[in-house]
Amino acid sequence: MPDILDQARTQVLGNGVGLDEAGVLAVLSLPDEHLPAALQLAHEVRMRWCGPEVEVEGIVSLKTGGCPEDCHFCSQSGLFSSPVRSVWLDIPSLVEAAKQTAKTGATEFCIVAAVRGPDARLMKQMREGVAAIKAEVDIQVAASLGMLTQEQVDELVDMGVHRYNHNLETCRSYFPNVVTTHSWEERWETLRMVRESGMEVCCGGILGLGETVEQRAEFAAQLAELDPHEVPLNFLNPRPGTPLGDRPVVEGKDALRAIAAFRLAMPRTILRYAGGREITLGDLGTRDGLLGGINAVIVGNYLTTLGRPATDDLKLLDDLKMPVKALSATL
Amino acid sequence: MTELVEPVAPADRAGEGAPRWCDRCGAEAATGSHSACAAARVLEPPRYCVRCRRRMKVQVLPVGWSAACVEHGEIRG
Repeated sequence: MPDILDQARTQVLGNGVGLDEAGVLAVLSLPDEHLPAALQLAHEVRMRWCGPEVEVEGIVSLKTGGCPEDCHFCSQSGLFSSPVRSVWLDIPSLVEAAKQTAKTGATEFCIVAAVRGPDARLMKQMREGVAAIKAEVDIQVAASLGMLTQEQVDELVDMGVHRYNHNLETCRSYFPNVVTTHSWEERWETLRMVRESGMEVCCGGILGLGETVEQRAEFAAQLAELDPHEVPLNFLNPRPGTPLGDRPVVEGKDALRAIAAFRLAMPRTILRYAGGREITLGDLGTRDGLLGGINAVIVGNYLTTLGRPATDDLKLLDDLKMPVKALSATL
Repeated sequence: MTELVEPVAPADRAGEGAPRWCDRCGAEAATGSHSACAAARVLEPPRYCVRCRRRMKVQVLPVGWSAACVEHGEIRG
């Protein structure tokens, strides 16, 4: 057994203290033959510090495309020659999407907009949309609207948005290679305000942007420092027309190593499968990740791409005897 | 499964044949191989109208999607 896994067994499983950056790097650098042991340990950590339940979430794009920012992975940037056009979702369709999500057993519904930050029109749409959903659908509402002002944070709290997603996307040292229209620190500032407001913080990122293994470890350590309630883990799905459109997808074993390492860095967080798992891991890898530290999934489609049918994921959870977290447990 | 929600006018349909444009990359469907596009489309909605190559307004939902061409109507999957 590698030393780092012995150390993690005592420190993370035994005491609930996550690995530091050097420890995460050691896990990310494990040879293939030790990957099953790393996943097994990460699973034990998840079961001990989070329990067997899996949080299920659906997401929807309220405002698609036409974004002024230049996040190099994103097909919704208006600065790239992506085929994605700008479109707004109306309130009745938003409520219907929430209903469809709730029918899957999901307890979370995240409303997302491709913007630098919300303007008055978007905040009005959010206020009306969240109110309409709360009146008709039994589900928790989260939001992801880019960078916020303190006033907007307060307004979202007032609407009853219980969790706010704002991904750092990658580590601080690599961020300027991925985004040039705003800084990592600006994102951090929004996260600070969200935390202080009492909303739950959801913050993760995307692996496979061209970062090194060392930078992947740096990212895990920076997320651990933030200590978010939830960490969505995406794997790059290269989008046509974007600067990262020709990048290779993350190797399945590297993705699984990252899942184990991020769990060992953050034993108590909700670690969620987000976009890209279908092409990076496939069916078998999805199962391995759920047995290697993942305890939440986005079901159904994503913002501009499609996911596995929700029924496939729910059947997998049933096969693995992992109960879906009930709404009452989240309130 | 893709269905045409707003059928085009009968006059337009008269000329309807095989798709002229690839609905993923927007290139001519008859030129080159689009097998990679077809494979990718399993996990993507269409982006280009197969009849006129216009970029469509696409809304992805948790279950399903819709794609609207200003000239040829909306399809859903």
